Amino acid sequence: MSDASYLSLEKLTLAYGDSVAVANLDLDIRKGELIALLGPSGCGKTTTMRAIAGLLAVKSGHVRLDGADITRVPANKRAVGLMFQSYALFPHLSVYENVAFGLKLKGMRGTELDTKVQSGLKSVGLSAFANRKPAELSGGQQQRVALARSMVMEPKVLLLDEPLSNLDARLRLEMRTELQRVQKETGVTMIFVTHDQAEALALADRIVVMKSGKIEQIGSPEDIYNRPTSSFVADFVGFENIFPLENGKMKTSAGLIDLSGKAPSAAGLAWRPRMVTLGTGPFQGTVRGTSFAGDAREYLLDTSFGPIKAEVEASQPTHALGAGLTFDLPAEKAAPLSRFV
Amino acid sequence: MTLRSLFIPITLLLVIAFLIGPFLIIVAASFSAGETLAFPPQGFSLRWIAKVFTVESFRASFGMSLFLAIGGTAVALVLGIPASYALSRYKLPGAEIVRTIVSAPIIVPGIIVGLALLRYIVVPFQVGITLALFLAHTALVLPYAVRVVSASLDNLRSDIEEAAVLLGSSRIGAFFRVVMPNIRGGIMSAFILGFVTSFNQVPVSLFLSGPGVRTLPVDMIAYMEIVFDPSVAALSSLLAFLSIGIVFIAERFLGFSRYV
Repeated sequence: MSDASYLSLEKLTLAYGDSVAVANLDLDIRKGELIALLGPSGCGKTTTMRAIAGLLAVKSGHVRLDGADITRVPANKRAVGLMFQSYALFPHLSVYENVAFGLKLKGMRGTELDTKVQSGLKSVGLSAFANRKPAELSGGQQQRVALARSMVMEPKVLLLDEPLSNLDARLRLEMRTELQRVQKETGVTMIFVTHDQAEALALADRIVVMKSGKIEQIGSPEDIYNRPTSSFVADFVGFENIFPLENGKMKTSAGLIDLSGKAPSAAGLAWRPRMVTLGTGPFQGTVRGTSFAGDAREYLLDTSFGPIKAEVEASQPTHALGAGLTFDLPAEKAAPLSRFV
Repeated sequence: MTLRSLFIPITLLLVIAFLIGPFLIIVAASFSAGETLAFPPQGFSLRWIAKVFTVESFRASFGMSLFLAIGGTAVALVLGIPASYALSRYKLPGAEIVRTIVSAPIIVPGIIVGLALLRYIVVPFQVGITLALFLAHTALVLPYAVRVVSASLDNLRSDIEEAAVLLGSSRIGAFFRVVMPNIRGGIMSAFILGFVTSFNQVPVSLFLSGPGVRTLPVDMIAYMEIVFDPSVAALSSLLAFLSIGIVFIAERFLGFSRYV
């Protein structure tokens, strides 16, 4: 086992009956890494997570953890923790008993058990709530119980299913900080599943973007945000102007169009609204929509080759609806896409 | 008030009168001092209530009814809980068909169930009377067991079992550790409903009762054919208050009506 593959998925294929949800997936995760599986619903991210946990039988391929092949190891013997989206606390047990549940099954008793549970509760700031039932806690508190319940087991990998999606904005930030702290203190390898790119960018060391049961791109948050390699990822992280390239020209509904600068050799180019230059350039458009977004103003332009989204600083002079505008899609600013799907 | 606005309150009163009225008449008749079952009662006495406890066949059939209600319901739950669990947690082929078959005894008239059991099970296989009654009552209670337990399982998210497994429990262990404790109210409710259903069951028992082995309601009918004194009314009143008491306690402590 090399350090780069503490947890590795090899040619993993997962299916529900005859419908394949994940096909031939390869992924290596380092020890202590914080990985995000990012993608729209139905992309296979949750399925992959369930297979790592052992809740879903693997159709073909392997799951290796810490040097051992765990493909056929049952879920209760894997040392993999999972924090469910719904938290899945046991409603009939107190907070204390919830956290003690797994430890008791390990055979832990007496003061050893008590010390462990107490320190688990303390680490998530819930010592005062030990005797409450889950239903008597807020959503954020319930989630911290779920986190403590998984973490006292000292799992090799902690899986988190949409950990921030049920929380309001303030609690999100709190939980995000909490997860990063836990990760730092314990060094546990964390994999979380999300459909929210902002969540993935903020939390993960590395992001795995998935689509239709396959990996689209793996990279650091900076890579994914600034250098998407496919039109799908570009679209997912907010590049709203995406065109395929043909012979260095932009292929549009109005035919091939010359770019102002020299286009790189790529399958396509993508521009964020911010990358579009307004007021100068070879292209003509009409303002069809405009909206104010605090520090910026967004424009939707009608052009001969389709709609273009642009964004300029709010301090710039405004353009009225219906006004004609020149603009440019500078080739040197665009993200080159190696795959256009 | 117009006629239209009086229609609903009057209907309601009539419904209540028809539902409660006969019951009140029976209760009143049990305290009669007269020799025959009659309303209005003649005088007041507790002699018929006292007599109920001295009739030997009532004691025997009460014991039989109690045995069938408790035993039959217990067996129905032992079969029904795993069945409900399988129906609610796994996408089984034909699950809907199983659900329908399990519910059949609720829909099919008891008299048909009784006749069918007698003609095609009891007679050809020479099943003893007690065993036949026991099987019949178990089958009759099973639909209620499955229905009530399923309702409480459907209120319980299935990911708690997965959470238990990931914390080191086996699948079966997870069922006993986290599912059972959370459906206890449903199981108790199913038990009470099953008990009452079995205890009050007449048509099926009528077909399957035999010499010396009767359930209490069947025995009461037989008694009335020979002796027409108020002791049957007294017994009915006692049973009714017993049922009301059980349901009241169940509602109070289990929220019985949530499941039924």
